[in-house]
Amino acid sequence: MFNYRFQWKQAYAKLPEMLDGAITTMQVAILSMVIGILLAILLTLFRRSGNRILGGFATTWVEIARNTPALFQIYMAHFGLAGLGLHLSPYQSLLLGITFNNAGYLAENFRGALKAIPDTQPRAGRSLGMSDLQAFRFIVLPQMIRISFPTITNQMVWAVLMTSLGVTVGMNSDLYGVTQDLNALTFRTFELFAMAAVIFYVIVKIIQAGAWLISRRLFRY
Amino acid sequence: MIEIENVRKSFGPLEVLKGIDLTVANGEVLTVIGGSGSGKSTLLTCINGLEPIQAGKITVDGTEVHARSTDLNKLRQKIGIVFQQWNAFPHLTVQENVMLAPRKVKGIPKAEAAEIAVKQLSHVGLGDKLDVYPSRLSGGQQQRMAIARALAMSPDYMLFDEVTSALDPQLVGEVLDTLRLLASEGMTMICVTHEMKFAREVSDRVAFFHQGVMAEIAPPDELFGAPKDPNLQQFLAATH
Ligand SMILES: Nc1ncnc2c1ncn2[C@@H]1O[C@H](COP(=O)(O)OP(=O)(O)O)[C@@H](O)[C@H]1O
Ligand SMILES: [Mg+2]
Repeated sequence: MFNYRFQWKQAYAKLPEMLDGAITTMQVAILSMVIGILLAILLTLFRRSGNRILGGFATTWVEIARNTPALFQIYMAHFGLAGLGLHLSPYQSLLLGITFNNAGYLAENFRGALKAIPDTQPRAGRSLGMSDLQAFRFIVLPQMIRISFPTITNQMVWAVLMTSLGVTVGMNSDLYGVTQDLNALTFRTFELFAMAAVIFYVIVKIIQAGAWLISRRLFRY
Repeated sequence: MIEIENVRKSFGPLEVLKGIDLTVANGEVLTVIGGSGSGKSTLLTCINGLEPIQAGKITVDGTEVHARSTDLNKLRQKIGIVFQQWNAFPHLTVQENVMLAPRKVKGIPKAEAAEIAVKQLSHVGLGDKLDVYPSRLSGGQQQRMAIARALAMSPDYMLFDEVTSALDPQLVGEVLDTLRLLASEGMTMICVTHEMKFAREVSDRVAFFHQGVMAEIAPPDELFGAPKDPNLQQFLAATH
């Protein structure tokens, strides 16, 4: 192992390509979070609706998302759906898989957060003439998001890290995919993956700092 | 006018209101007294349709509250209700708390809703707390904010459910003063309360509830001065 000769310069020259990959990774993570949060809210409403079919659908989603490997979820989005005749590109499959995972995890967390908001809150809204949906939207939802904010931040970090699973469905434009392709060309394995790790690390730190800033602005109460 | 005719209400097997008949005229201040669990809160939540009833009829200005065709969201705009627990919306400032329903329910533009909020909050003595979050207010201030929030919808009726019961004794006075002010302005009010002195002062009539029945209703002098119902006599003896 000590015969390996580090050639950082050669790997360093690939940094621009890797940063391009990092941008794609961020894109997938952000999109999967935006859509994932919206879907999680919808699943939460389904579970609150008292409707058996909607509630069952949401619960099944949450159970699969939380109790199977993310790799399986991404695989299903690509090869599973292809088997059914729906052919998604690697990018689309990765996005779908991660979004599915995000929505499931967040929906479960939202359910816990709702337990901390007393029924008297929406009831106060109802007694002012709001509809159920208005009371949820303007009174319950903002409080729920605040309670869940640390989990949402964590899930965003997970979303970034989960993009590395994209290579299994042929994704090669994200940070991990780009790194793997460069490795196949140059065999600077340690240097390249070490750089990728550092970039992942920096992305995560940026997300955490951003979350802190957002929470300071949003949650002044 | 609020008309309550032979209303029965149960929670499962437990009958909580056992045939209530009561009419509240416009401009009247009715206070409701009675022991815990006698159905006072339930009556208020039935009046604004938060709770269904099993028999009888409640009409507000001729609209039957529990009729299928009634738009409850619309009806509730003219019946303000304030609870023992004030239920401030913690994520909104005091002013935003008051503005929310006028904006979202009535569709009033933001600037106008802000003005309404300033007016109502000044009315209850919170004109200097507009940008504060409720967590920074005392219980009495939060309760007055809840009253302003209900008033911002320009209701024709106000229902108060033991609005001073959760307050520290030294904060009770400021909230009762707000209720007195409203009464003097001619608001039609039903106040459930344990404050006998207040009931005596502001009420046109006082109703005594006992185990789901309205056992006695009379002007305050009569009800407090010469109570007829034995349970009322006992209740008043216990509270003095
Ligand atoms: N949501 C509910 N579910 C079941 N029982 C209830 C509910 N609300 C009130 N009750 C019962 O109804 C009775 C009357 O309650 P309430 O109207 O709150 O009395 P009061 O306000 O006079 O103290 C009590 O026995 C109470 O336990
Ligand atoms: Mg009560």
